[in-house]
Amino acid sequence: MSEWVDACAVDDVEEEDLIRFDHDGKTFAIYRSPDDDFFATDGICTHEHALLADGLVMDYIIECPKHNGRFDYRTGEAKGAPVCVNLKTYPVKVEDGRVFIDVA
Amino acid sequence: MSDILIIGAGECGVRAAFALREAGHEGGIALIGAEPHLPYERPPLSKTAPTAPKIIAEEAGYVEAGIALMRCSRVESINRAERRVRLSDGSALPYKKLLIATGARARRFPGMEAARTLRSLDDARGILDALGPGLRLAIIGGGFIGLELAATARKLGTEVTLVEAAERLMARIVPAEIAEAMAGRHRAEGARLILGTGVAEVRTNGITLADGRIIEADMVVAGVGAEPETRLAAEAGLEVANGIVVDGRLATSDPHIFAAGDCCSFPFNGARVRLESWRCAQDQGAHAARAMLGCEEAYARVPWFWSDQYDLTLQVAGLPDPSLGHVRRDLGGGAFILFQRDDAGRLVSASGVGSGNAVAKDIRLAEMIMEKGLRPDPTQLKDPAVNLKTVLKGVPA
Repeated sequence: MSEWVDACAVDDVEEEDLIRFDHDGKTFAIYRSPDDDFFATDGICTHEHALLADGLVMDYIIECPKHNGRFDYRTGEAKGAPVCVNLKTYPVKVEDGRVFIDVA
Repeated sequence: MSDILIIGAGECGVRAAFALREAGHEGGIALIGAEPHLPYERPPLSKTAPTAPKIIAEEAGYVEAGIALMRCSRVESINRAERRVRLSDGSALPYKKLLIATGARARRFPGMEAARTLRSLDDARGILDALGPGLRLAIIGGGFIGLELAATARKLGTEVTLVEAAERLMARIVPAEIAEAMAGRHRAEGARLILGTGVAEVRTNGITLADGRIIEADMVVAGVGAEPETRLAAEAGLEVANGIVVDGRLATSDPHIFAAGDCCSFPFNGARVRLESWRCAQDQGAHAARAMLGCEEAYARVPWFWSDQYDLTLQVAGLPDPSLGHVRRDLGGGAFILFQRDDAGRLVSASGVGSGNAVAKDIRLAEMIMEKGLRPDPTQLKDPAVNLKTVLKGVPA
């Protein structure tokens, strides 16, 4: 079962950057890649409690602001110490200038 | 038989062990640690009330990676001629390559023998379990550990007096403006700060200050720096000078022995430095692992530190130089960053403080600007509307 949620407008996210999106008590992160694709992951680092929205996006990597844990935000893959647990990712679609994520 | 022995199962040694596997090493790896616990992260010890330790990897992770984790084991000596180490239980282990990652131990100055120190999980349990209303805690030293402990103690309602011999806090690592911002916050939270005053003696019921004043306390903790654990290296005849002397690859004066993390002194920007830094320990552990497998690259990462006190986080990239001026970037909400450039205009340090992760992104970008040796325009550094990512991507080296 899909549960598509309207997360933000396309223009809310700068290229090669991310924003925080809260829904139903959960925090997500919405990314816009350098080639203008959108992605979504959990919004909290898997190492220690830190908001990824405060972190830095370089190419396809989000780096946690607290201890520099790095993830590929397209797949959620943890890219080495100190993080070893992958980030959960969510399907994304763009319609009429809005970004939707499937939170189911 | 283990091809590679690692002495010290802290952040650095553990990281090195896993990095050896990641780099394709197929031989044996033994990781020798003195503590009874599974290797754990030390930074949280002063920042949070005692809970379960934050372990670096589950026990199964070591098993899966084929890392022989030896707890409660101490190395007594290194026999370089025969390439083996002797353990305190009398047994000997041979090695082809040896990594010394013994870290540092808490320092105590004369007169402070009765003070507790905070370095290990057992230290932390003894101190943090006692915090709360009704306890009078005296802390000697206004560095990261003392201040983090002060913040944790205040949050739990403990009465805190912190004594620092220097005229300001964190004089060794952060610029004065940042130290002042932090001091203001500690005072606002009810911690009593006594600056510019040394300690004459620690007694069971408090501290006698150098000026004769007496601070009554139920517990005294000294956070006055750390000394590198170099005994094994020195006794084995390796070069030691404020840390085990290593080259850019982190090799000691013996080509079969490497040293990394808090215990080593390594070349950086034409000088020798020894860092006490969680991230440096990790990065150097991984670097030493690759070097032991033959990688010739020099370790070149920019130093990076952080400290959490109350809801404030302080981050430093590079090594602040008191002789250089700075450019200030105000990020709103009281958060700010101080940048320093050398005579050639290259960025050499960025120190910031703010609520939560307010300064994190810019400090990380500053670090990358330093790694590339760029000369950013100070007006751009100053202007919070200028995204430092454009500076990183746009400035010619």
